Amino acid sequence: MSQTEDLTESERPDGAEETPSIPPMPNRAKDVLLQLLRTRRVIIGLVLIALLAALAFLGPVISQWGIGERDFTARLEGISPDHWFGTNHTGQDIFTQSTAGLQKSLLIGLLVALGSTVIAALVGSFAGYFGGITDRVLMWVADLALVLPSFVILAILSTHFVGQGGWLILVILLAAFSWMVTSKMVRGLTISLREREYIHAARFMGVPPHKIILRHILPNMSSLLIADATIMVSTAIIGETALSYFGLGVQPPDVSLGVVIANGAPYATTAPWVFLFPTVLLVVLVLAVNMIGDGLRDALDPHSKSRRS
Amino acid sequence: MSIDTAEATENTTDEPTSEVPVLEVTDLNVTFQGLGGNPDVHAVRGVSYAVHRGEVLGIVGESGSGKSVSSMAAMGLLPDHAVITGSVRLHGEEILGKKDKEMARKRGKVISMVFQDPLSGLTPVYTVGDQLAEAVLVHDPKAGKDKARARAIELLSLVGIPRPEERYRSFPHEFSGGMRQRVMIAMAMANDPDVIICDEPTTALDVTIQAQILDLLRTAQRETGAAIVMITHDLGVVAGFVDRLLVMYAGRPVEIGDVDEIYYKSRMPYTMGLLGAVPRMDQERQGALVPIKGNPPSLSALPPGCPFAPRCPIAQPECELAEPELLTIGGQPSAERIRELAVAHEDASAGAREKDPEERIHDTGVRRAACIRSGEIDTNDWTARDIYPVPEIPEVEASSQAREDRAEMLRVDDLIKHHPLMKGAVFKRRVGTVYAVDGVGFDIREGETLALVGESGCGKSSTLMEIMGLEKPQRGTIEVMGKSTATLGKRDRFALRRDMQIVFQDPMSSLDPRMPVFDIIAEPLRAHDVPAAEVVERVYELIRLVGLNTEHATRFPSEFSGGQRQRIGIARALALEPKLLVLDEPVSALDVSIQAGVVNLLEELQAKLGLAYLFVAHDLSVVRHIADRVAVMYLGKIVEIGDTTSIYTRPAHPYTQALLSAIPIPDPEKERARTHIVLDGDLPSPANPPSGCRFRTRCQKFITLSESEQERCVSNEPTIQPTNGGDQGTACHYAERLTVS
Amino acid sequence: MGKFLARRLLNYVVLIFLATSFAYLLAATNLYPRGYFEQMQPPPSPEAVNAQLDALNLNDQTPIAQRYLTWLGGIFTGDFGKTIQGGDVASQMWMKAGVTLRLITVATLLGSFLGIAIGAYAAIRQYRAFDKSATAVSFFVLSVPTVVIAIVVQVLAVSINDLAGFQLLRYSGEYTAGFSGEWYELLLNRVYHALLPTLVLAVALFAAFARYQRNMMLDVLGADFVRTAMAKGLTRRKALFKHALRTALIPTITYFTFTFGALVSGATFTEKIYGWHGMGAWLIDSIARHDVHVVAAVSWFMAITIMAASFLSDILYAWLDPRVRV
Repeated sequence: MSQTEDLTESERPDGAEETPSIPPMPNRAKDVLLQLLRTRRVIIGLVLIALLAALAFLGPVISQWGIGERDFTARLEGISPDHWFGTNHTGQDIFTQSTAGLQKSLLIGLLVALGSTVIAALVGSFAGYFGGITDRVLMWVADLALVLPSFVILAILSTHFVGQGGWLILVILLAAFSWMVTSKMVRGLTISLREREYIHAARFMGVPPHKIILRHILPNMSSLLIADATIMVSTAIIGETALSYFGLGVQPPDVSLGVVIANGAPYATTAPWVFLFPTVLLVVLVLAVNMIGDGLRDALDPHSKSRRS
Repeated sequence: MSIDTAEATENTTDEPTSEVPVLEVTDLNVTFQGLGGNPDVHAVRGVSYAVHRGEVLGIVGESGSGKSVSSMAAMGLLPDHAVITGSVRLHGEEILGKKDKEMARKRGKVISMVFQDPLSGLTPVYTVGDQLAEAVLVHDPKAGKDKARARAIELLSLVGIPRPEERYRSFPHEFSGGMRQRVMIAMAMANDPDVIICDEPTTALDVTIQAQILDLLRTAQRETGAAIVMITHDLGVVAGFVDRLLVMYAGRPVEIGDVDEIYYKSRMPYTMGLLGAVPRMDQERQGALVPIKGNPPSLSALPPGCPFAPRCPIAQPECELAEPELLTIGGQPSAERIRELAVAHEDASAGAREKDPEERIHDTGVRRAACIRSGEIDTNDWTARDIYPVPEIPEVEASSQAREDRAEMLRVDDLIKHHPLMKGAVFKRRVGTVYAVDGVGFDIREGETLALVGESGCGKSSTLMEIMGLEKPQRGTIEVMGKSTATLGKRDRFALRRDMQIVFQDPMSSLDPRMPVFDIIAEPLRAHDVPAAEVVERVYELIRLVGLNTEHATRFPSEFSGGQRQRIGIARALALEPKLLVLDEPVSALDVSIQAGVVNLLEELQAKLGLAYLFVAHDLSVVRHIADRVAVMYLGKIVEIGDTTSIYTRPAHPYTQALLSAIPIPDPEKERARTHIVLDGDLPSPANPPSGCRFRTRCQKFITLSESEQERCVSNEPTIQPTNGGDQGTACHYAERLTVS
Repeated sequence: MGKFLARRLLNYVVLIFLATSFAYLLAATNLYPRGYFEQMQPPPSPEAVNAQLDALNLNDQTPIAQRYLTWLGGIFTGDFGKTIQGGDVASQMWMKAGVTLRLITVATLLGSFLGIAIGAYAAIRQYRAFDKSATAVSFFVLSVPTVVIAIVVQVLAVSINDLAGFQLLRYSGEYTAGFSGEWYELLLNRVYHALLPTLVLAVALFAAFARYQRNMMLDVLGADFVRTAMAKGLTRRKALFKHALRTALIPTITYFTFTFGALVSGATFTEKIYGWHGMGAWLIDSIARHDVHVVAAVSWFMAITIMAASFLSDILYAWLDPRVRV
């Protein structure tokens, strides 16, 4: 009996050829996916988001009214075949306004989340991996961004949000003021990952630092980043709504849900539809996003695992 | 045939007499219900044991064998979703199924428990003393705070905590692991319980601390007269400590009997393999270890027959028909009878099961084994080496040459590594310097294995990191293949990395969980710009070399067992054909039966590829097995260095002597005959090492010296001096020859 | 330790200084106080406008650097400049700050207490009915922007008032204008007005705290020390309460402090909708009035609260958790 064969034999799972009789250590990705699909709220959230996205992009198209167009014959009128969600005090069609607003809110949420997560991931991982002066400088910048009166800056600069693509400035500003907390979390995780043995191994075999960060560190916290980005989507949508409510967010002629809600708020008691429809859309949107985010976090974050795991 | 529920145990003896066992577990079954489509996990199946007053029962098994779960069930500490059947009696009183409130009154009072991990076992936000006093108060609320406090202090001093009054106010994180474990034991002793269950009480501790804790447990038993259930995976720990032994495998008891019977006349192939797989510190040139092939079965998908049959070297077709009962040796049914029963069982289905469990499931104190061939083994008096195929490992070619003539792979001289000691998690600031490595020197020649041993905190890992970093050290020199790291340019350093690679301890964290095995092994090749075509070829070559299958390449690390993962780590380290392999505790996280396979692989690779190893370990048994030379570290310094045989047979430094003496040997008779040197206290902080000889504060020899002799130890730091002739060197002013039993 | 704290505080001062300066410069260059005066009736002469602006240090014809230095000089003597109407910013600021702090203190205490209690209990009853409903409620609340909650509560208050036939619930202002009476009547009147806005803030906070505490609690439920506590004879309930909850509260309290700092600006919308003249409402109004000095002063105040809260939460953490205690 030769050596190698014997050793090969000693570790090969017995019984059927390729069914390992190893204790349950299933594929993590598959496990997470299964768990996600078993989590009802993720499914509901995904379905809702799909429906809302369809509504947001099809709504303004199938509606017979243009965005901002006024029907002077019907002001503050209830639900009718002409105006599916009624009209507001200037005669704008609520359905058109709401779906167009939904579209913008959705875009803002996604873009802000994407932007801030990318910044957070890069800043946090470089600060955490290199430590020392890099760490101090980057974290000082994060602290500064935290102290800067973001609300004041957004409010003062809101006059620049007007015009074609003006809302993109809002997106950039929102992203610029929402990466700090996540980056600190990423930094903390990086510091703990940095001491993992596979990182040491990569270092000792001569892999350069930026490659270690991009190939080992960030992929290993990707699940958390995804979950966090999802939560960020809802935070951004809520933040934008609040700003727009006071006229400091998206500027006309662009509409977001916040704008529509703000227009409808004074009539909430007398003509509920002007307030109700956009609000319901907003709440459902945020709820759906939160459901996905929370489900993801539960499924991916070993710390928030249930006791039964 | 299989065991039924425990309604059969009606012969309750109402009067607790001396005959009644203190704790009797009968036919205990624990099932964790699977969540959301996951299969149920049968963690414990049909465990029965009884412990009498003053008796020590050992429960031995590898991880996942159900040994801890069964005792947690007895304590009523399992979560709600665990389904428990069977019977647990305390002084004859059934306690299974009691309400939590009633159980709480028993816990800590009649039956108490010492847990494995002292790090997380104590509530971090209360002082140690308060937690101890709480244990007193909860069972005697009328005692009052002062009395409870006095008792807590008394307990602290009883378990050997110095300055107990002062230490009463300490928080758990201010205690070392050993001291925390002492507190846990004090807590378990607080109300003079009748049974103490010890769940791996020494696993997380260093050997010298382990010796202290085992000593303490003996004291605790003497003081309280309690019965002890000792749960462990370490066959050495139980050998000298327990009276009777229960071996568990895959949730089942597979052998039970007196400790001598089990160690010397094991009649169950699993136990035999386990004993054969343990590297022995007390044997010179033990030869290859006995590896048990394969892995333990999944507890949620058990085979119908004997769970060990797939790994058993002497399995017969009948083994897979039905799970063998735990019966007296030779009392097992014949192969024919099993076949008949299997057929009958199929016919009758579940309805008409054999119902005669009375005799079998109780622990009657007679030695029994769950193997249908136990009678055969007994008649032939087989040992592990008779039934297990033992691989032959060729000698290293270079070893024929004299050591001095062989090329130097690594030379370390007077290496130091000091790093700042930070305090406070929120308000971080430097409060001192940790002298992690403080003047270490050794060399490794071609094809040779040098083991660096020492307890945690002695600086062996820091030494490794310094060497692997290939940077200019703070002081001293590191020479790899004759090149000093101080003068290396970036390119040279990168090139030198090819020659020296590392295998880590934890097979869980040493592989990137997001990468398939192929990419993991290919990473070093790609980092060094090996052409893609060669990479593929080389990776498959490596996969075969370490004993994995080529189809494993596309899988992720989480799909492998610990032993297999360690093989992947070894393959990665070998990818660039290094000449020197640094092994950082490569087998300490593995179960014994798996460990043997990896140790054999390392020895085989060394012989085949002519590698030099720097082997870092705390397990001196493995070291004796694998190393050519040994360096013993204490507080950042090497205190003794020399060839393995000299160090193990004639240790000259008191620390080496204590270290060797502290290791329990898996041989009950030898173990009982030994007197352990038990060191006092903990390792001093490396931020504040004692003056002169660093070991003097714990030295067993120091206290026997006269004052003038002691003066030398206090003021003069000893350097390594040749001792006993030849290769051996010792850093002790009063080094001597000594043979440790 | 002292040196360490000093260095840290100095860093905070630098950060606050930078943040406030940035806000001032941004406001001074982007807001247009001249317009505020020009549209007065009757329109004042350009000279008069210039004189007004010069008196307030708001003249856009003066170089920005000079205006900044003048403003900065005032800051170091505790003078935050004048409002655009000529009032003293500093004295008004403390008044507004008082309003805001009153509102958010009560709301955070209420919200966090409820949240912690419900979150902790939900964790113990994980996957049971209570946990599921608590999770669903807090989830829903978290998905509704505070603005919407505020409006909805207001709408409900109006309907209830209509049903009751008199003003049962007050939803506007801090107190009834021109109301006079004994001190307890005044107090009652204020409490009455504070009811709804406090409720709105508390509801939003409750949801966040319930989620947070539940997660923290789940982390320690399976901890070994809970098992140890049970092993020495505590019942499960007692072990959870005395050992698990005590440990899980530490991060929550830290979180609580941190939230409190962020809430000064977070309460803006509630203040504005309920007509409370707090910090946030002041800020929005002053941006509309192009009141540069108020904007800078509010920015300063918000930066201070954020830093103070983060510092305080660190100190609390160190104080509560012996593991990080110095």
